[in-house]
Parts: sequence; C-alpha cells; structure tokens
Amino acid sequence: MLAYIAKRLAIAVPTLLLLIIISFLLMHAAPGGPFTQERALPAAVLANLEAKYGLDQPLWRQMATYVWGIVSDFDFGPSFIYKDRTVNEIIAQGFPVTLTYGSLSFLLAVIVGVTLGVFAAIYHNSWLDYLAVGISIGAQVLPNFVMAPILVLVFTLWLRWLPGGGWEGGQWQYIIMPVIALSTSFMASIARITRSSMLEVLNSNHIRTARAKGLPERKVILRHALKPAMLPVISYLGPAFVTMITGSVVVDIYFSTGGIGKAFVDSALNRDYAVMMGVTILVGALTILFNLVVDILYAWIDPKIRY
Amino acid sequence: MVIDATRMKSLGDRFAEAEVRGRSPWADARKRFAHNKAAVAGLVVLILIGLFALFGNLIAAWSNEELDFAVMGQVAELGRPSFASGHYFGTDDLGRDLFARTVQGTRISLMVGIVGSAIAVIAGTLYGATAGYVGGRIDNVMMRTVDILMSVPYMFVLILLLVIFGRSITMLFVGIGLISWLDMSRIVRGQTLSLKHKEFIEAAQATGVPTFTIIRRHIVPNLLGVVAVYATLLVPLMILTESFISFLGLGVQEPLTSWGALISEGAGTINYGTLWQLAFPLFFFVITLFAFFFVGDGLRDALDPKDR
Repeated sequence: MLAYIAKRLAIAVPTLLLLIIISFLLMHAAPGGPFTQERALPAAVLANLEAKYGLDQPLWRQMATYVWGIVSDFDFGPSFIYKDRTVNEIIAQGFPVTLTYGSLSFLLAVIVGVTLGVFAAIYHNSWLDYLAVGISIGAQVLPNFVMAPILVLVFTLWLRWLPGGGWEGGQWQYIIMPVIALSTSFMASIARITRSSMLEVLNSNHIRTARAKGLPERKVILRHALKPAMLPVISYLGPAFVTMITGSVVVDIYFSTGGIGKAFVDSALNRDYAVMMGVTILVGALTILFNLVVDILYAWIDPKIRY
Repeated sequence: MVIDATRMKSLGDRFAEAEVRGRSPWADARKRFAHNKAAVAGLVVLILIGLFALFGNLIAAWSNEELDFAVMGQVAELGRPSFASGHYFGTDDLGRDLFARTVQGTRISLMVGIVGSAIAVIAGTLYGATAGYVGGRIDNVMMRTVDILMSVPYMFVLILLLVIFGRSITMLFVGIGLISWLDMSRIVRGQTLSLKHKEFIEAAQATGVPTFTIIRRHIVPNLLGVVAVYATLLVPLMILTESFISFLGLGVQEPLTSWGALISEGAGTINYGTLWQLAFPLFFFVITLFAFFFVGDGLRDALDPKDR
C-alpha cells in the first residue's frame, strides 16, 4: 500500500510542477508586461518597477524564484494590480467561502445521488426507478449556470423565500441556493452511475449466494452489494471534483458569494496574471491531491487493484 | 470427377442470395436505431435545430445588429414576444431582436460543438490508436501524458489562455480542441488493444504492411462505431464548455453571441421582467443537449452488437 501511495505521489509532484511551469510560461508569452499602460512610464520608473518585482532577471531565474516561493513558503507573490495586496491574501479571503459551499455541495451530491441510485436499483422498474432515471436525465442538461438563474427566479423573485445573493458570513439562507445550483448535475450523474453499477452487482453470483444462504435483504445490500457497487462512483468523484471547483466560478459570480472564483474572474478581466496563476495552481494542487485520495480509496476498496 | 453443373449453379445461387440477404453491421444498426423512439425524436429535433440555425435568418423580421429604438428603455412593456412587431422572441435590453440573436447564437454554439468534437475525433483517434497499437514504452509515455493533462483543471487553463491571447473565437476553438481529445484517445486506445491481436491484423503484419498503414486501414475503420458514439456525446459537452465560458463573459464576444452569452444576458436581466430573454435561449440550449444525448445513447445501443 505504501509503495502504491509513493508511486502515485511520484506522478502527482511532476504534474503539479508541469502545471506551474506551463502557466508561468503562458504568462510570459502574453503580449505586454504587467506595467504596460496607456501612457508609457518613464524608462527609469519602469526599470525600478521591474527590479522590484524581479522582472529584470533572466526567465529561468524568475521561474525558479517563483516555484521556490511556492514550494518553500507557499507564497504566490504580490498582485500586479492591487499594490498593497499579495496573492495569498486574496486567496485567503475567498477560499473559506468556496470550501464551505463546495464541500456541502459535494456531500449533498454524493449522499442524495447514491441514495437515489441505490433505491432505483433495488426497486428496479418501479415508479421510484423511473422517477430517479427521469430526474437524472433531466438534471444532465441543467448545469450550474442554468440552475442558478432558475433558482433565483423561483425562490427569490416568485416565492421570495431566499435572498438572491451575497454571503453574510455564511448564514444558511445564503448557502442553500449556491449548494443546490452547484450539486444538481453531479447528483444526477452519481445517481445514474450508482443505479447501473448497483443493478450489475445485484445480478452477480455473490449476491445470489448471499440470498441463497438466507441473509436478510437489508444485509445483502448493505454488506455485500454496496461496496463493489461504489467503485465506479468513486472513480467518477475525481472528474466531478474538477468540474465542481470549476462550477464554483459561476456560483461566485452569479450569487456574489465572494469565493476564489470571483477573484479568478476579476483577475482574468483585469489581467492580473499573478492572481490568475495563483488560483490556477491552487486549484490544480487541490485537484491532484483529491485524485490521489480517490486512487488510494479505490485501491483500498478494490482488492483486485494492486500496485 | 465430374462436377455437377446444376449443383454448382445452385450453390452459386445460394451464395449470391446470402450475399443479398446478408445485413451489414451498419444496416443492422440503422434498423435498430430507427426502432428507438427517443433517438429518432432526438435526431428530428437536431435536424430542426440545424435548419433553424441555417435558415432562421430568412424568416427573421429584424437583423441581429439592428436596434429597435421604439422599444429601447421600455423593453419590459414593449419588447415582449409578438408577431405584430416582428420580434417573435421579443428583444433584449438594447432593443435587439432576440429571434435573430438566437439564430446567431445557435450557429456559433453548434459550430463550437461540432468543431471541438471533430478535433477530438481526429486527434484522439490517431493518438489513441497509435498508443494502443504500438504498445510498450511508447504507449506508457503517451498515456501517462494524457493522465497528466487530464488532471489539470482545464477550465482554468482555458480561461488563462483566453485572457493571455485575447478573447476570440479562434482561441476558444484552440482551447477547446486542446482538451477535447483526451478522453477520446483513452477510449480509442482501449478499443485498439482489443483489436490488436485479431487474426486480420496478424495477417496484415505477416504480409508486411507498414505499421502506420495498418493503423489507418485496419484499426481505425474498426473503431468507427465507438468513435461515432463518443463524438455524438462529446458535442453537447463542448457546447456546455463554451456556454460556461461565455456565461462568465470570457468566451464569445459581442457582436457575436452564443447560447451561453444569451443565457448569461437573460440571467442578468430576470429582475426586470424580461423573462423571455432567459427562456428562449435556455429552451434551445436544453432541447439540443437532450437531443444529442438521446441520439448518442441510441447510436450506442444500435452499434453495440452484444444485445443483438
């Protein structure tokens, strides 16, 4: 097991480095520097600015400094637009918000999705099954940027139950809609995957054996069917995490929740490359870490996967 | 030994008959597809959407660039959908005809979907087939590269690309093309691995056909079914990606538009009582995605020889 984890780590670290290097080179390929303005700065001022941000150094040196700053101190450097703020401060401000509604959405999607899928499989071809399949097909075409306006329309403008946006320190009224908007399509996918893998498992030999020896149905499902049926779901969690963290950008913009997605789009519109890179790298690191956890979980559950 | 001429004749006839009656896998698939009601309905919807995108402009009373000064400022009251004013879908908050805008958005969204999917088909198939067929260390390196690229949060990188190289539709194509082929190459590689040891490939190898020709002539044609299914399912995903970026205002730029941009506009103005601005683009978006998913599922069922 340890060897397996080490092997996965050995892939994860170069991936992250590659991501950092690619985004760094992309930033450098951008036309115009961070201090290019409509009115050209005097050469001396420009030289001083470049010296301050280390831009007068050769490229490899800048890159090494940048990478080393991240690796040693988790420091993404200063923002190019906001003179008094560092990238770390900007991220630290938005990250807890994203983490709060992101993890809630993830939990909601997994719990509701798995429950729905399992019941649909147990009561195969009943109204419950059709309902679950109907929901999961419908929700497939309702990504977060479609769900968000619909939710606001119904719950804010028509029913006037919930506020249309804001965060207010994470009060529950403000969390509900972002969480639903973000989780719907994943809930649907998880339900669909769970249903089909559960159906397959329920028809397999070991379940027949379990039933034949007279185990109660509850035990058959919880003890024998659920674990193998979860494998496809677990392998879906990695991509789901990526898409979800991407979706948080839409949530942040539409519901003004103020997470890192907001910082990302603002920096994209302001050409604040330092913040963009910081967020991209942070998200990349989270993704890689999450995939690592998923892989380990997978190997732990499925004894057939061996290193 | 005397060969019985009449017997030979009847044998020949029987073979010829079998030849006529025999169904090719594609004819078989067509038949099964035609029996799938959801898939056929999806195909009809797609054809209608395609016609709408191609010829919608001919029945529009307004062009997508004209501003209707009569409704400007009072869009909620005067800009609602009506046949009398020629704004079948109403107008947007600037007084532009939403019908013409929807036609334009449909064109661009479909184009992005189809081009992204086409890039995936070409690049993904070649890459996957090569990796799977050649195997060994090259396969290992090629697929590891795909693994690494897949664990990158591509939407962020795509936005990074769009910001750095300017927000243009070309850049959007490049960016979407860069990521779309990854899944395809994995699927194709898996299929190639199972084809690789079939007798006809061995026969080709034994007769000295060069590797690349084997891939092109013998492997790729046998992958077409899988590729066709996956490409159909990929189009809606590409449309989703494009809409996502356009929703954030980072994708297609004015005066061009797309479903994502239109939905974004509609979503931003639901407060002002102009609900049609959200409803019409959303309707087209949703039914097209549905149609693509149904057609893709139908194709998969039709081409899967397992449940014959």
